[in-house]
Formats: sequence, structure tokens, C-alpha cells
Amino acid sequence: MATVEHSEATAPTGGDGGIRRRDFINIAAVSVAGVGAAALLYPLINQMNPSADVLALASIDVDISSIQPGQAVKTIWRKQPIFIRHLTPQEIQAANTVNVGDLRDPQTLAERTVEGHIQWLITLGVCTHLGCVPLGAAEGENKGEYGGYFCPCHGSHYDTAGRIRKGPAPTNLEVPEYAFTTDTVVRIG
Amino acid sequence: MSFPWAEEYRPKHPFMRWLDDRLPLPRLVYGAVGGGYPVPRNLNYFWNFGVLAGVALALQIVTGIVLAMHYESNAETAFNSVEHIMRNVNQGWFLRYAHANGASFFFIVTYIHIFRGLYYGSYKAPREMVWMLGLVIFLLMMATAFMGYVLPWGQMSFWGAKVITGLFGAIPLVGEPIQQWLLGGFAPDQPTLTRFFSLHYLLPFVILGVVVLHIWALHIPGSGNPTGVDVKSAQDTLPFHPYYTAKDGFGLGVFLIAFAILLFFLPNYLGHADNYIPANPLSTPAHIVPEWYFWPFYAILRAFTVDFILPAKLWGVLAMFASILLLFFLPWLDKSPVRSGSYRPTFRIFFWILVADVLILGFCGGMPAEEPYVMISQAATMYYFAHFLIILPILSMVERTLPLPNSIAESVLHGEEEEAAPIGVKPATAAE
Repeated sequence: MATVEHSEATAPTGGDGGIRRRDFINIAAVSVAGVGAAALLYPLINQMNPSADVLALASIDVDISSIQPGQAVKTIWRKQPIFIRHLTPQEIQAANTVNVGDLRDPQTLAERTVEGHIQWLITLGVCTHLGCVPLGAAEGENKGEYGGYFCPCHGSHYDTAGRIRKGPAPTNLEVPEYAFTTDTVVRIG
Repeated sequence: MSFPWAEEYRPKHPFMRWLDDRLPLPRLVYGAVGGGYPVPRNLNYFWNFGVLAGVALALQIVTGIVLAMHYESNAETAFNSVEHIMRNVNQGWFLRYAHANGASFFFIVTYIHIFRGLYYGSYKAPREMVWMLGLVIFLLMMATAFMGYVLPWGQMSFWGAKVITGLFGAIPLVGEPIQQWLLGGFAPDQPTLTRFFSLHYLLPFVILGVVVLHIWALHIPGSGNPTGVDVKSAQDTLPFHPYYTAKDGFGLGVFLIAFAILLFFLPNYLGHADNYIPANPLSTPAHIVPEWYFWPFYAILRAFTVDFILPAKLWGVLAMFASILLLFFLPWLDKSPVRSGSYRPTFRIFFWILVADVLILGFCGGMPAEEPYVMISQAATMYYFAHFLIILPILSMVERTLPLPNSIAESVLHGEEEEAAPIGVKPATAAE
């Protein structure tokens, strides 16, 4: 109550600088309205985020037992293409002889694969330049100058480890999160 | 606003001056809902409901646009897309319940707004246009709400669409072609659903446009007030902002609390369980009723059971539409020069009988079409029309009204003096 008496004493009508009860009520009411508006904004914005049924499809299991060395398959994960490539020993060697320091996005093949499964290169089939699907996964497609993938949209060349070697793409093909649940089944996502 | 004491917009900040010279939008806002709109100083809380209806409309548009991002207007998938909104979409349950219950709240505040107008004579000169534009909004609301209720494509949606479009089938000769034209077929199906979705998205913006006209027309004479006495001097008014923004803000808080209680604790209280069953063209729900806000009109529709020159079905439809169209003529049916019901003792009694009558109609409309509800509906329908066509015109000629205060300011100060006086003692001025 002391504060009230104080404010009344120091805030005559049309007072200059004094804090009146009315000022307090005004600020409190507008603040509550502001918090309420912000709370209302949250669902209105969040509803556009991926819904529960979209997120439920966020991980897939792929059986890779039938993919021969030198072959690659395309599959779909989160509505995007995934390349699963069974590297040949020559391709692994080609990837490992590159001087990592010279690369635009320095990474070794080992860093881009799972330990014990270095022959399995699993990447998103999405060019890191502007999102086209690179060629090279299917048989007979242009694999680019480095024997990996080639993006026909703007000419990005990827090597056998899916690393960017030439062209406009800024980074290597993205490696999704994945794990081998058995020797022949990989869970992506 | 035409009062000479209305504050002119004089922005202090150079940017606002710059903007106002090029686009007088700040001036418009200031004059419409700012310090430049003088409002009678004696408005009570019943004058909150116009603003509340505006808020409800905004809420419906915002939540509706968001729901349309997830809803599918396909007869095969519509029902499931609503369940998808309820289960999968982030906070989708909140948005859908807010939209469904928001419709109910829109009607609650609109009905109170209308009855406020009926009691205080808000429809009388010079505000006839405000009243009629309001009725146009009400009709558009009913069309919008009806079509929105069809979209989930549940049992009540389907059969509601069938029954309501069937009303048009009652019109002689052209009725059936009109019904088929509305449905795009012989029964509600994909074409119906798609066009209802399209129109349900469109009409709220039409409502918004008419709301602008409604407010524009209101601001020519300015707001009415509980005494019904015209504003005479600057003493009678207060600037809209901050006085009525604050009062409306308080009312809005109460409104939102009530809305939140329904939304979070009783979200399906006003709905029908049958609408959680997918539409089935081969089976009608045992007890088919529209949403509660249509009940009074539904009762009038069903009150006609006997063919009299015209078929009973047509009578029901005509009476239902007439019950609203009649209100367009209200400014000329009630010719009493006294606006406010507070100074019309006899009118006041009949006003409350009308309120009870409409509530009874609403109750009967929600009940099955059996006795005694049909008979009660018939009596209540008769009284409804009698109120407007017989009682009001006679009353406006014979009623002895109470003396009006000289001015709004006087009525307000009078009240204060009376309140300030000791109990049982009449202040000298009031005793005169």
C-alpha cells in the first residue's frame, strides 16, 4: 500500500514522470495481451511444420543384400532420393588416393561411410548446388569425370566417395544418418 | 464523424505526417477507432458485442485459412483429412476446435448484438442502413456457417446439405432445378463439396466487406446509446480511444476466457457425435438437427404441418426466410419516436416476451419433430410474427413512454448524484 500512497502523492493530475496506478494497469494489460497474441501465434506458425504422419515416415529399412559391387540403387527417404552404392575395390582405392587437402569440402571416404562397411556409400541423391538429382546411380548413366556422380543441371562432378570435385556445388553429397541393423539391412534416418 | 468537436488527426512524428500526406490510412484509423471518433459517454457493456463480433470474424478467417492448408475438399478424403488435422497436424486439434467453436461464439455475440439493437431501437432513423447491412451480414454468416459444417463430410454434414438444399426444392416449378443446380447433382456429392469449400472460403471476405460498410454507415450518425437520446454537445461524448478501446478490451478478455473454457474443456459440447461418422448416402441419422444457432429458424420451418392453399413444405420455407426478411422492415414497423426500451415500459415487456419466444423456438428446434414440440413451435412462430407485424406497430401508436433525459450528460450526472446520495435520501436534483 505504501507504493500506492507514494504514487498518489507524487503523481498529481497530468503529473510529469510520476507512475500512476493507471500506468501500471495499462502496461500490465497490454503486456498480457502481447503474451496472449504471441501464444496464439505459436500454433498458427507451427502448424506448417511437418506433421506427425510425415515425421512417422522419417526412417526406412533397406535390404542391400542383392546389390553387387559396382552397382547402386536409388530409394526414397523423406520424399527425397537416396543413393546406396556398393563400391568396387578400385573405386575405394581411387577415393583413398586423393589428397584430401586439395578438396573443396575435405573429407575422407572413411569419414563418409560407417566403420567396417567402407564399401557402402550412402548419400542423398540431391546435388548440393540447387537440388537436382545427379546421374550415375543407374547403369549406363554419365558418372562424370571422376567416376562418381554427375549433375546434369549445372555440371557438378562428384567422385567415387560422393565428394564435389568440379562444378558449382559447394559441398559433398550429404550423408544421411544411418546404421547397419544387420550385415544386409541398413536403417536410414 | 460529423461532430464538430471530433479531434482532427495531427500526427506529431514527421514520418506519420509524410505518410498521412500520401496515404491517409492513419487518418482513417484515427477517425474510425481512434481518438477522432467521439462516442456517447454512457455506453454499457452491451455495446461491446459489435467489436466482439469483429474479433470473432477475424478469428474465423485466421483459423480458417490455416485449416485450408490441411483440409482436402475431396469426398473420398475430406473426412480423413479432418481427422488428419486432429491427430497429425501440429496443434491441429486446437485450430479446428477454435474454428468450430469460434463459429458458435460468433453467433452468440451476434445474437446479443442483434437483441441489443432490438431493445435500444438501434434500427431506427437515422441508422436504418446500419441495421439492414447488419442483417445482410447475418444472412451471409448463416450461409457461410452452413457450408462450413458440410466440409468435414460426416453424417450431419451430408444430411444437413441434403435437407437445407431441399428447402429450395419447395419452391414451385423451379424448385427442383434450383436444388440440382446448388448441389451439382441429385444428391450431395463431390461437386457439392468442392463448391461449398470454394464459397466457404470466399464468403467471409464478403462479410468483411459488408462489415466495412456497416461501420461506415454507423459512423455517419455515430453510435447510439442506452438512453436513445441524440448526442447534443461535446459533453455527451468521449473519444473512442482510449475510453472505449479500454472498455472493449476488458469485454474481449471476458469473451476470450469464456471461449477458452469451451475450447479447452468442452470442445464438442455444441457439436453432434453423428458428425464423427463418415457421410453415408444410404442411412439418415435418427435425429437430424442443424447447429444450435439455426434452431429457432429450424423450428419455424417445421411448424407448418398442414397444406393450406400452398403445400405445408413451402409455407415452412417461406416463413423461415420471412422471419429474417421481416427484420429489414423493422425500422418502418416500429415507428415510435422513442428509441430506447428503457423509456418504453410496455415495449420492454413485449421485448422480453420476444426473447423468451425465440429461446423457446430454439429449444423446440433442437428437439425431435414430435408433440408437444411441434405445437409449441407453432404457437411460438405465430407470436414471433405477431410481435413484429401487430404488436410493434400498435404499440408505437398507443404506448405512453417515460420522459427522456434532456441530454446524455444529464442522464449520466443524474445517476452519479443518486449513487452518491445516502441510502433512502433522494438528491435534490433527482427529486424534481
